[in-house]
Amino acid sequence: MIDREQVLHVARLARLSLSDDEVQQMAGELSKVLGHIEKIAELDLDGVPPTSHVVEVPNALRPDEPRPSLPRDVVLAAAPAVADGGFLVPSPQAG
Amino acid sequence: MSDVAYEAVIGLEIHVQLSTRTKMFCGCELGFGEPPNTRTCEVCLGLPGALPVANAEAIHFGLMIGLALDCDLAPRSIFHRKNYFYPDLPKGYQISQYDEPLCRGGKLGDVRIHRVHLEEDAAKLIHLGTSGRLHGSEASIVDFNRGGTPLAEIVTEPDLRSAEDAGEWLRLLRTTLRRLGVSDVNMEEGSLRCDANISIRPAGTHELGTKTELKNMNSFRFIERGIRAEIARQEALLRAGEPVVQETLHFDPRTEAITSLRSKEEAHDYRYFPEPDLTPVGITDAMLERARAAMPELPAARAERFERELGLPADGARLLAWRTELGDYFEAALADDGDDAPEPQALANWLNELVARIETDDPAESQVQPRALASLAAMVAGKRVTQNAAKQVLDRLVAEGGDPAAIVEAEGLGAIGAGDELEPVVQQALDANPDVVAKLSAGDMKPIGVIVGHVMRETRGRADGGAVTRIVRQKLGL
Repeated sequence: MIDREQVLHVARLARLSLSDDEVQQMAGELSKVLGHIEKIAELDLDGVPPTSHVVEVPNALRPDEPRPSLPRDVVLAAAPAVADGGFLVPSPQAG
Repeated sequence: MSDVAYEAVIGLEIHVQLSTRTKMFCGCELGFGEPPNTRTCEVCLGLPGALPVANAEAIHFGLMIGLALDCDLAPRSIFHRKNYFYPDLPKGYQISQYDEPLCRGGKLGDVRIHRVHLEEDAAKLIHLGTSGRLHGSEASIVDFNRGGTPLAEIVTEPDLRSAEDAGEWLRLLRTTLRRLGVSDVNMEEGSLRCDANISIRPAGTHELGTKTELKNMNSFRFIERGIRAEIARQEALLRAGEPVVQETLHFDPRTEAITSLRSKEEAHDYRYFPEPDLTPVGITDAMLERARAAMPELPAARAERFERELGLPADGARLLAWRTELGDYFEAALADDGDDAPEPQALANWLNELVARIETDDPAESQVQPRALASLAAMVAGKRVTQNAAKQVLDRLVAEGGDPAAIVEAEGLGAIGAGDELEPVVQQALDANPDVVAKLSAGDMKPIGVIVGHVMRETRGRADGGAVTRIVRQKLGL
C-alpha cells in the first residue's frame, strides 16, 4: 500500500502540487500499480536476467558528425520568458 | 581525545567533458563561448517525441579512458535516467549510467578506480542580478548550449590521504587524459571538474568516518585548499565532540568558507530506471581494437622510459612525464643533436631552473628555445661556463631569448679556468683574508669557502670553484 506521505514525497520530487482529493486518488491508483508489480514478483525468475530493454538491439550509434542546430528564435519561441538570449527562470534556491 | 592524530580519507569524482565534435545524444556541435542557445535542437532541449542516439565517438573515448585506467570494460552497458528537477535539466532527468557502467575497477598511479561511466552535461545557468551568485539573485537565464555535452565521470576509491596527494594525483589524471586526446581538461573552462568525498579517522584505524562531499572545485589550487579546509573543519568538530554530518558542501575560495549546498534528503532520490530510448552498448572486437590502436604513450609509461633509457631517478622521471608540457620540452631539447648533446640529468636540472623562472606552466611558451637550454646545459658540462654564470645566462634567455653562446660572448661570462686570468684574483682574495690564510695553513680547510666566495664576487661567478681550490692549495703548499 502507498500511503499519503509517500504520495506527497513523490509529488514533491516531481514538483506537483496535489489537492487532498488527488492525493487520496493517487494513493489508490499507485497502490494498484504496485499490486500488479507484486503479482509479477511472485513468478520464479531466478536466473532470468533483468529486462532493461524490450527489444535488444545493441549499438544503434551515431557517427560524430555535426547537424544544424535550431535557430535561436525558434528555440526561444515557446519560452514563457526570455532575457539575454536565454530562458528566463526564477533562480533556483539551494536547499 | 584532543591529542588524537587524524588521517583524511579522500575519494574523487571527476567529470570530464569529452572533446567530440557533437553532443552525446544529438548532432549539435560543441563549442565554447557561442551566444546562448545557438547550439540546441529538439533532443538536447528535451522536446516531446525527440529520440536521442548515442555518439559513437564518445563511446570510443570512454573505452580509451577505460584502457588508460586499466579498467574492466563491460561487454554490455546501458544508460539510465537519473531523475531530478532543476532548470538546467530540460527533460527532468539526466541520461547517465547506473548499475551497468562502461568501465569498472582499474588503477592509475597508486589510486584505484571504482568506475567510469558516460553521461550528458547539464545546461549552464547564468545568474542575473547584482551579485551574480547562486544565493540572493532573483532570476537566472538558462543557456542550453552546454546541455548534452558528453561527459565521462571517473570515480576513484577512497585511496587518497591528503589534499596534496589529491592535487598531485589529479594532475596525473589530467595529463593522462590530455595525452589520450579525449578532452581539453581545462579546469577554468569547466571541461575538467572535480568533487571530493572527504572523511577523517584516527590515524591507524580502518573504519571510515562520516563523509562529506565538496562540490565542483574548478582549479587545482582551490581543490587543495578546499580539501585542506574541509579536513580542518571536520577535525575541529570531532575534537569538540561534535559529529560530522553527511552533506554536500560548497567551498568559497575567496573567503575559505564552507557552506552546505542542499539538503541530502531529496538529493539522492533519483529514481533511476533504464533509458528506454537508447539501445544497450555492446563492445565489439572492432571497437576494442580501434580503441587500443588509438592509445598513445601514457605518462606512467613515459616516466618508466625516462628512468630506463635515460637513467633519470624515479621522482625526476615522474616530474617530467606527469606534466606533458615538461616532458615534451625535455624531449625536444634532448633531441637537439648539436655539437654536444646534453646529458639527460643535467638537462632535467636546467629545465627545473627554467621552470622556476617563468610565469607560464609550459616552458615552450617562454622565450627560451629547447635548443638554447640544451646548449646551455652542454656548455656547463664542457666547463665553458660555470654553474653560477650559466644561471645569469638563463636569466637573460628568459628575459629576451637568444643564443646562450652569444650571450656568454657578449657579456664576458665565459668560465675562467686555471689559467693566468684566475691566479691574480685568487692571490688578491688571499691577501684580503689573512686570518683565513692562517687557518688554511694550519690545516683547517673549512674557511676556504670565504676565498671561493671572494673570487666568485670578483669574477661575477665565472670562476670554477674546483680551480680556485686547486690554486689556493698550490699557493699555500697544501
